[in-house]
Amino acid sequence: MSILAVTDLTIQIGAARPVDGISFDIAPGECFALLGESGCGKSMTALGIMRLLPAAALVAGGAVAFEGDDLLALPESGMRDVRGGGIGMIFQEPATSLNPVLTVGRQIVEALELHAGLRGDAARARAGELLDQVGIPDPLRRLDEYPFQLSGGLRQRVMIAIALAGAPRLLIADEPTTALDVTIQAQVLDLLDDLRREQRMALLLITHDLGVVARMADRVGVMYAGQLVEVAPRRAFFAHPGHPYSVRLFAALPEAERRGGRLATIPGSVPAADVRHEGCRFVARCSEVMPVCRTVPPPWREVESDQPGQRVRCFLPGAAPVVAPTVGAGDTALAAASKPLLEVTDLQVHFPIRRGILQRVVGAVRAVDGVSLQLMPGRTLALVGESGCGKTTAGKAMLQLLRPTAGSVLLDGAELTTRSTAELRPLRAKMQMVFQDPFASLNPRLRIGDIIAEGMQALGTLGSGSDRAARVGILMEQVGLRADMVSRYPHEFSGGQRQRIAIARALAVNPQLLICDEPTSALDVSVQAQILNLLSDLQGELKLAYLFITHNIAVVDYLAHAVAVMYLGRVVERGSADEVLRHARHPYTQALLAAVPRVDGARSEVPKLAGDMPSPANPPAGCHFHPRCPLADEACRRSYPVETLFGATHAVRCIKA
Amino acid sequence: MTAFAIQPVALWSDALLFVLISVIVALTLWARRQGALREAWARVAKNGVAMAAATVLAVFVLIGLLDSLHYRARLEAPPGATARYAVEVNSALDALLSELRLRAETTYSAPLATHLFAREALENSTQREFPRLRYGGAHLGDNLSGHALDIAVRVSRGLAGGVVAWILLMLLARRMKVGAGAPCVPGTPLRGQAMAIRAVTITLLPILLLFGVAISLGGGYHVFGTDKVGQDVLYLSLKAIRTGLLIGTLTTLVMLPAALLLGILAGYVGGWVDDLIQYVYTTLSSIPGVLLIAAAVLMMQVVIDTHPDWFATSAERADARLLALCLILGMTSWTGVARLLRGETLKLRELEFVQAAQAFGVGSFAIMRRHILPNLMHIVLISLVMDFSGLVLAEAVLSYVGVGVDPTTISFGTMINTARMELAREPMVWWSLLAAFSFMFALVLAANLFADAVRDAFDPRSSA
Repeated sequence: MSILAVTDLTIQIGAARPVDGISFDIAPGECFALLGESGCGKSMTALGIMRLLPAAALVAGGAVAFEGDDLLALPESGMRDVRGGGIGMIFQEPATSLNPVLTVGRQIVEALELHAGLRGDAARARAGELLDQVGIPDPLRRLDEYPFQLSGGLRQRVMIAIALAGAPRLLIADEPTTALDVTIQAQVLDLLDDLRREQRMALLLITHDLGVVARMADRVGVMYAGQLVEVAPRRAFFAHPGHPYSVRLFAALPEAERRGGRLATIPGSVPAADVRHEGCRFVARCSEVMPVCRTVPPPWREVESDQPGQRVRCFLPGAAPVVAPTVGAGDTALAAASKPLLEVTDLQVHFPIRRGILQRVVGAVRAVDGVSLQLMPGRTLALVGESGCGKTTAGKAMLQLLRPTAGSVLLDGAELTTRSTAELRPLRAKMQMVFQDPFASLNPRLRIGDIIAEGMQALGTLGSGSDRAARVGILMEQVGLRADMVSRYPHEFSGGQRQRIAIARALAVNPQLLICDEPTSALDVSVQAQILNLLSDLQGELKLAYLFITHNIAVVDYLAHAVAVMYLGRVVERGSADEVLRHARHPYTQALLAAVPRVDGARSEVPKLAGDMPSPANPPAGCHFHPRCPLADEACRRSYPVETLFGATHAVRCIKA
Repeated sequence: MTAFAIQPVALWSDALLFVLISVIVALTLWARRQGALREAWARVAKNGVAMAAATVLAVFVLIGLLDSLHYRARLEAPPGATARYAVEVNSALDALLSELRLRAETTYSAPLATHLFAREALENSTQREFPRLRYGGAHLGDNLSGHALDIAVRVSRGLAGGVVAWILLMLLARRMKVGAGAPCVPGTPLRGQAMAIRAVTITLLPILLLFGVAISLGGGYHVFGTDKVGQDVLYLSLKAIRTGLLIGTLTTLVMLPAALLLGILAGYVGGWVDDLIQYVYTTLSSIPGVLLIAAAVLMMQVVIDTHPDWFATSAERADARLLALCLILGMTSWTGVARLLRGETLKLRELEFVQAAQAFGVGSFAIMRRHILPNLMHIVLISLVMDFSGLVLAEAVLSYVGVGVDPTTISFGTMINTARMELAREPMVWWSLLAAFSFMFALVLAANLFADAVRDAFDPRSSA
C-alpha cells in the first residue's frame, strides 16, 4: 500500500506543460528520488503535489492520492491540514526559507500549534526536543536565537525540525543540500536518512546530484522534459541505467579515470516546455534514434534484469548501450617548466571590522591569511575548500581586484601588489577571470559582441572595427558558439552558452593565466561536462594555466594537476592531484574527500566532520582545524603547525600527518 | 525689408521644452533598437489602461505644445513704415482660442449663464440688476426662453460632431494601416497591438465628444463661466496645462543630471565621496522643502524685479520666474532619486560583470557609463514618470501659498489661489475651482496610471 500515489499528473502554464503525465508512488518509509536537470519539472511536480503552484500554473489532469485521499479534490482548508501535518516540505535555500525577524523557537512553535495542538510550555519543550532530534547542540538556547545567528547547515536543520513538527508521514525535500558544503551536506543527508528509518517517514527527494541519489534513495525516477523516462530501484539504476539519457548522465560525470580524455556530453539542450512532442522527448539528443522514436511516444517497458521494477520509456530492446567512458590519457599537459607562471607568497587579505561612532578598527576578518602557491605555465592548480574558506577572495586578490593586505604575487616574474592601477593595466592581458554565475557575469544591456570585445577595447590590443569583429568571430567559434550570434543579448542564451561567452571574453586578450571561480557550479551535469571539455581543449591549444577555484572534488580529480586545500584562510595541504586526492594526509582533506557522496554508493570509513567552520574574524587558537579534528590534542591547541614536506611537492600543515 | 504678419518668440522654457521633446524622440528611436527596452515598452503597449492614460496624456501634451509656439503679432501701421510688433506675446493656442480669449466679460458669471453673477447698477436705471453678458448667450437676443433649448441643441450638435470626427479619424487610421502594408503578424504581437489600438480608440471617443461639446457650447457661452476679471475659465484651464507640463518635465531635466551623477558616484566610488554626497543630500532633505523653495523664489523675484532691462516683455519675465521655480524644485527633489540610484549602484557594483570589466583594467568612468548607467535606466524612467504627477501637484500647492509661478502666469495653482477667496462668498463661486480641479485631476490621474504601467513593465520581478 503506497502512501503517495501520483497518477498522470499534468501541470500547465499557458501553452507550456512543465509536467506532462507523471506517475509514481511511494511506499511508507521509502525514499523515492526524482532526478533531473534544471527545468525538467521536478520542483513543479512537488509543488503540484502540495498544491502550492504559482498562480499562472494549474493542474490540467491526473490525480494525487495521499493515504487514499485525493489531494486535488480536497478543499483548501483540508489541504492546509495535509501540508505540514501529513506532508512536510523542506526547500533548497535555508537562508530564505526561515523568517528573519522571528526566533527559531517561535517558528517551530507555530508549526506545533497548528499541527500538534500544543501550546505554551509544552510546545516549547517539544520544540527543544525537535531541535535535539535534528542534531542541534544546546537546543534550548538555540530556540531564542534568530536565523541570522545560525550557519547554513544549522538553518537547514531548523527547517527540517519545522517540517517534523507536524509528524508528517511524507517529507518532500527539494534539493535540500544543494546550497550546502559537502561536509555539511553529509551531516544533513545522514540526519534525513536516520529520521526516515526511525519514524518510517517516506521521503520524496528532489535532486540533480547522482551522488546524493546513490547515498539516499531506495528507488529513482529520472525526469526529462516534464516526463519520467526511467523508474528503477537504486541498485539496478546504478548498475545498468536503462534509458539513453540516464546513461549519458553517468558518462558526463567528471572522474579521475577520465582525466585527459573528453567527457561525454549530451548534444543540444532540453526542449522548451511548450514544444508539442510527437514521439520520444529525447529524440533530438539521442544517438540511437530509430524511425519509430520520432513518431510514437515510447511506452513503458520493463527492463529484464536480476532486479525487478526497472522500467524505461524507450524503444531500444534490452538495456541502453553503454556509452564507453573515454579513459583519458592521464596527464597530457607539459611537464613542469622551470619557472612558475604565478607565484604567490604569504598572501593576506584582511577586512577591517569597524565599530562605534568613530568607526575605529576593532579587529579584522582574516579572509585570506598567508596563502602561498605556485602555478606552472600550462598547468591547472585547483584551490579547494568549503564556502567561506577564502578561496574566492584569494583568487580576486591575485588578480588585484581586491588589494591584498600583505604578501607578494609574482606573475611571470613581475610583482603585482606594488603596482598602481595604471601600471597594472598592461599586465591585465596576461591574467583573466571566469566567474561563477553566468547570469551575473554578463552585462544584460550589452550585445555579445561588445561583451567579448570589451577586454580588447580596454587594453587597446586591437584597433580597427573590422579586425575586432573578425577576432570576436574567431573567439566565438573557439568556444563553440556560432559567429552570427554577436548581435544578441545575454538573456537569449542558456547558462552553458553564457559561460562560454564569459570564457571567450577572458580569452580575447590572450591571457596566459585564467582564474576560474567555480565556473561550473551553477550548471547542470551535462552542461558542466561541455564546459570542462572546452576548458581542457583550450588548455591543450593555447597552453593556458588555470587556477581553478572550486568545492567540487570530482571536477578537481578530472581536471587538476596540482591541488591546494584551503581551510579558514590558509592552505592546509598542497601537492599533486594524486598526492592530495589519493594519499591525503591532513585530517581535513580526508574528511572533505570522505564527505563527497559517491556515485557507486560506497561509504568511506573516515569519520564525518561535526560542526561548522569557525568565523575567520575569530579563528581558534593553534591549529584552526582542531575544534573539528578527530585527532586533535593539547599540542594542536597551542600553535599553528608549520608546513611539513612529504616528497618534493606534497606539503601538509598538521603535526599528526 | 520684408515684414511678416508675426514675429516668432522663443521663450527659454519653449526652447527647453522642445529640446526635451526631441531628446525623448531620440531616446525612443534608440530604445526601439534595444531588445530589452523594446520588450518592456511592448508590455506597456499591451496594457489597456496604460494606453488609455497615454492617450489622455498625449492630448494634454498636444495642448501644451500648441501653447509653447509663441509669437508677437504685427501691429497695424501705415504702409512703408517699419513693422512694429505688439508687446503682448501670444501662442498658437491663443490664436486658436482667440474667441475665448478676447470675449472677456466684466466679472464673474456662472457656467453657461446669460447674465453676470453680481448685480450692478444699470445705466439709466436706479435699480441694481443682473446685467446681460456681453458675449455669453448674446446670440439669443432678448428672447431668453430659448436658453435651455439652445444649450440642448448645441450639446447634441457637439456630440454629433464628436462622433463624426471620431469615425473620420478611425477611417483615416484604417486607411493608413492598410496603406502601410498589412501588418498582420500572426501570434501574440498582433493581439497586444490590437488591444492597445482598441484602448486608444475607446479613449479617443469621450475625448472627442468632450471637445465637440466644448467647441459647440463655447461658440455662444462661457462653458466654465468667467472669473473675477471676466476671463473665460475654460481658456484659463487650457492655458494652465502648459505650466503644469513644464513644471513636471523641466524640473526632472534639471534634477536628473545631478541625481544620476551623484547617485552613481556615491554608490560606485564609495569611501569619502559617498560620505560627502550622502551628507549633502541628507542635509538638503532635512530642510523643510517649502521654506527652502519660498526663500529661493523670493530671492529670484528680487533679482528679476531689480533687472527689468533683462526682459523685453512681461511674458519673458514670467517665463524667467517659471524657469527659476523649475530649477529650485529640481534642486530640492534630486535627493530621492539619487538615494535610489546609490542603493542600486551598490548592488550592481558587486556583480560579476563589473568585476570582469575591472579585471580588464577598464577605467572607473567607463564602467559607470557602460555597465552601471544602462542597468539603472529602468529606475530612472520609473521615478521620472512617478515624480511628474507629484511635481504638478507641488506647483499647485506652491502657487497657492504664493511662492509659485508669476501671478500673471496662468497655472492651476494661481487658479485655485484666486478661487479660494470666492469659496467663502454667498452664493459661492465654485466653477474656477472645479475647472482647475477636473483638469488637474485628469492630468495627474493619467500620469499616475501610466507610471504604474511603466513600473510594472520594467519591474523584473513581474515580467515572468
